[in-house]
Amino acid sequence: MKQFIYFIRKEFYHLWRDPRTMFILFGMPLMQILIFGFALTNEVKNTRIAILDNAKDDASRAIIHELEASRYFDVQEDVRSNADLEPAFRTGKIKMAVVFPDRFQDELLHANKAPIQLIGDATDPNVANTLTYYASAIILDYQENLKGREQIPYTINTEMRMLYNPQMKGSYNFVPGVMAMVLMLVCAMMTSISIVREKELGTMEVILVSPIIPIRVVIAKMVPYFLLSTVNIASILLLSVFVLDVPIQGNLVLLVAECLLFTVTVLALGLLISSAADSQQTAMLISLMGLFLPTVMLSGFMFPVENMPIPLQVISNIVPAKWFYYIVKNVMIKGLGFTYVWKETLILVGMTAFFMTVSIKKFKTRLE
Amino acid sequence: MSEEKVISVKDLTKQFGSFTAVDHITFDVYKGEIFGFLGANGAGKTTAMRMLCGLSFPTSGRATVAGLDLFKEAEVIKRRIGYMSQKFSLYEDLAVKENIRFYGGIYGLTDRQIKTKMEYLLHQLKLEDKANTLVRSLPLGWKQKLSFSVAMLHEPQIVFLDEPTGGVDPITRREFWNLIYQAAAGGTTVFVTTHYMDEAEYCNRVSIMVDGRVDALGSPDELKRQFHAEDMGQVFLQLARKAVRSAD
Repeated sequence: MKQFIYFIRKEFYHLWRDPRTMFILFGMPLMQILIFGFALTNEVKNTRIAILDNAKDDASRAIIHELEASRYFDVQEDVRSNADLEPAFRTGKIKMAVVFPDRFQDELLHANKAPIQLIGDATDPNVANTLTYYASAIILDYQENLKGREQIPYTINTEMRMLYNPQMKGSYNFVPGVMAMVLMLVCAMMTSISIVREKELGTMEVILVSPIIPIRVVIAKMVPYFLLSTVNIASILLLSVFVLDVPIQGNLVLLVAECLLFTVTVLALGLLISSAADSQQTAMLISLMGLFLPTVMLSGFMFPVENMPIPLQVISNIVPAKWFYYIVKNVMIKGLGFTYVWKETLILVGMTAFFMTVSIKKFKTRLE
Repeated sequence: MSEEKVISVKDLTKQFGSFTAVDHITFDVYKGEIFGFLGANGAGKTTAMRMLCGLSFPTSGRATVAGLDLFKEAEVIKRRIGYMSQKFSLYEDLAVKENIRFYGGIYGLTDRQIKTKMEYLLHQLKLEDKANTLVRSLPLGWKQKLSFSVAMLHEPQIVFLDEPTGGVDPITRREFWNLIYQAAAGGTTVFVTTHYMDEAEYCNRVSIMVDGRVDALGSPDELKRQFHAEDMGQVFLQLARKAVRSAD
């Protein structure tokens, strides 16, 4: 037991004395949460649009006023003709244009029908879609008001309610994802690097010649990263609650327990990598390509798994982060209890047991 | 030097696939002896030494180290041997003191033992004022002497040194060998591989490996007589020329 404590103490010395490690351990989670929370959001806010108002009547002005008032759009005024639109799009000054025809109000009131053209920059199809959708909604709103009390028979009004995330905030989605990513980096990559470094330096040989039991070496390597991960989990949760305003709907104990379980899963993965890699670079590369990328691409955090081709959906099942992401989303955002995530939890437990067994078996008592 | 065998090796063999790295080697090492283990690069000496330390599992043969069976009691053997690897094996980002404490700790020494050893060792190496310096900033020669002392921390019966003096100047090498003599005089058996032929002369007995076999074994004087050579360098060259295997 004392050997063990000496070993852990030594690991902490390594950590404190390496500024790069410290940065990855503590700077990275903070940065990711803040970047994802504030900068990288797929929400559309204050997008610059142009309005070409050929009508200049009350109706068009009223709609323009609504558009200007919306927080989604930032209306640029310097368009006078169709010819101005093309260059504005090309230089990226605007993402959408709203074009009113001549005699817009006349047509609306007398012909009961008036067209408005919405031109979107579809180089980014999602943004274009969202923008035109928002604009249509605003125009529709105006139309509803215009109708006033006038009764039209047989109208269907759709009423939308966004469950769990009424403001449709992107951070609800990112917090669980970032948590998975950070734990991946901290636990898997850093653990594997720290073991491989000892192989590279030759100190592993000396340790293996010593009477310390190899499994204790492995566990002693994991303990510091496990402890640091708890700090990371706590800071991510605190940041998301107090800075990003993402509430924890579910049971905090359950949430933390699931996070700790995932931490152990990735620690085991890190160990597995370290038994396969001979140099720190290899370990880092395997961590990034083999763990980090799948976490980002296949966990459902960036791209919904349901929309992927079947083979990718199948592959996504072996990505531990997918299950973790699912669990955290359900517990943290939806506030569901253990009864709803026990299957996913069981899968994670199974994966952890599997990785642990394989990696401890592979961890060579004797360096061949 | 006594007649008590501390290492006894018989037909020890290590194969990697179809390649026989160590081919039926047989020799004994006696208590308190400085045993030089020579061979060209790729001759198999590091592999042989790793087997004796329990780092590599032998394919066949028999061996006892520190009176224990290598095949059955490798874990107990580990408590009785010290090892200094070819690569420098202290932690550069740990202070001198911290390294000593760590290695003492993993060999199961008590805090008091570590403290006593630390004081003695720092004094002996004249490192008292460097105790809290990171090993990174010590000169190579000091690092190696420290490394050796750390390998001796738990008073092992046998200490294995894998090319311990690579890359250091002759004066430091001389000082290093003084440490080895001291250890041997204290009853520790020293098993050392080296490339330097002048160091081979310092050994009580020397074995020379060629292509995985032990081709010569004896005291430096015996070997010089046997091969009609003036110094160990000539003995070594005569044997090494016969090698079929190329160096790695």
